Amino acid sequence: MLGKRMIEFLVGLFMLAGILAMFALAFKVSGFSQYSTHDSFRISAIFDNIGDLKVRAPVTIAGVRVGEVDDIKIDSHAFKATVEMRIDKRQNKLPSDTTAKILTAGLIGANYIELIPGYEESDLKEGSVIIDTQPAIVLENIIGQLMYKLGDGKK
Amino acid sequence: MITWIENLGRIGLQFCEHVGSSGVFLLRTIFRRPRLVRLLPLVIEQIYYVGVLSVLIIVVSGLFIGMVLALQGYNILQRFGAVTQLGQLVALSVVRELGPVIGGLLFAGRAGSALTAEIGLMQTTEQLASMEMMAVNPLWRVIAPRFWAGVISMPVLIAIFCVVAVFGSYLVGVDWLGVDAGQFWSNMQASVDFRTDVVNGIIKGLVFGVVITWVAVYQGYYTAPTAAGISRATTKTVVYGSLAVLGLDFILTSFMLGGW
Repeated sequence: MLGKRMIEFLVGLFMLAGILAMFALAFKVSGFSQYSTHDSFRISAIFDNIGDLKVRAPVTIAGVRVGEVDDIKIDSHAFKATVEMRIDKRQNKLPSDTTAKILTAGLIGANYIELIPGYEESDLKEGSVIIDTQPAIVLENIIGQLMYKLGDGKK
Repeated sequence: MITWIENLGRIGLQFCEHVGSSGVFLLRTIFRRPRLVRLLPLVIEQIYYVGVLSVLIIVVSGLFIGMVLALQGYNILQRFGAVTQLGQLVALSVVRELGPVIGGLLFAGRAGSALTAEIGLMQTTEQLASMEMMAVNPLWRVIAPRFWAGVISMPVLIAIFCVVAVFGSYLVGVDWLGVDAGQFWSNMQASVDFRTDVVNGIIKGLVFGVVITWVAVYQGYYTAPTAAGISRATTKTVVYGSLAVLGLDFILTSFMLGGW
């Protein structure tokens, strides 16, 4: 039979292990604390087609991750997709004519957004909208075009 | 034929009676005048028996489940050239399903049966009755601390289980099979969401903790006061507890995938 203090000590250790495990799950496994409200700014981009893009997909510049997709909405007038992104505050020198395109990581990988900086003097700010975008490449469309082209060639 | 239908009716009535009395029992255990200062030391002592002593089995099984998942997953993902997704595969399956469910089954076997046997023996040897004679409410002195200890311990054990399983898969996947460590972690972090995956897994653990401990203390308290009765009650705890875990897991998962 263990003493009362020993039991309390072990229970404390147990709870501590549980809390540490929660932290490990939060930060190591789910990558929780990435872009909070105060060290990032929001911009949005309007796409014709977002393909398989999902919320929390990475936003990159030159392949380096600088932010993530925060929200995806449909503009009910123009029927285009509005993608809101959180960008790291240190990247506040992005020219205002920056363009965005949706790429795919590998052949069957997930979609992500690549920003291609432009040349304007003014910078993108909180709430800026990127209009010059390139939609996601949907595999079915490419195959469709390819079939069409192949059919053309035979004639 | 008539006796057959009669029996069916009797079984139905008995079932309803059991469900009702266990519900009342749970309510009487939970809703008491809060005397936290006096309840807390008892709960801490029970957390030692229910939680701390279960850590070893949870850690060992978590490690092996993580390792075997990594091995199996690697074998299959290799055919598609997608071994870099190993971290995602293991983390999602452990955090969402295997952690809470296997943790719950182990908890029912390790802690639930012990609770039932202990309370059942107290009931059989009339310790609980003598407590009532001394104007000590056994529900408060014996049942409530064990119940709360189970409810508190279970999510903690699940969290430990998940972390150890991920570590086990890291050992096998990265150190042994040679998956790139950076891709292992980054794919895992890109796909596992804290709110929808980790928190839901812990919520499952909490629900399973409530149900298993509830079944365990109820079966112990209402055991038939014989040696055979205790053994039957212990068996029932493990069987009902495990079935409840598996059934509830399906229901909870369908809720959670439905965007709850």
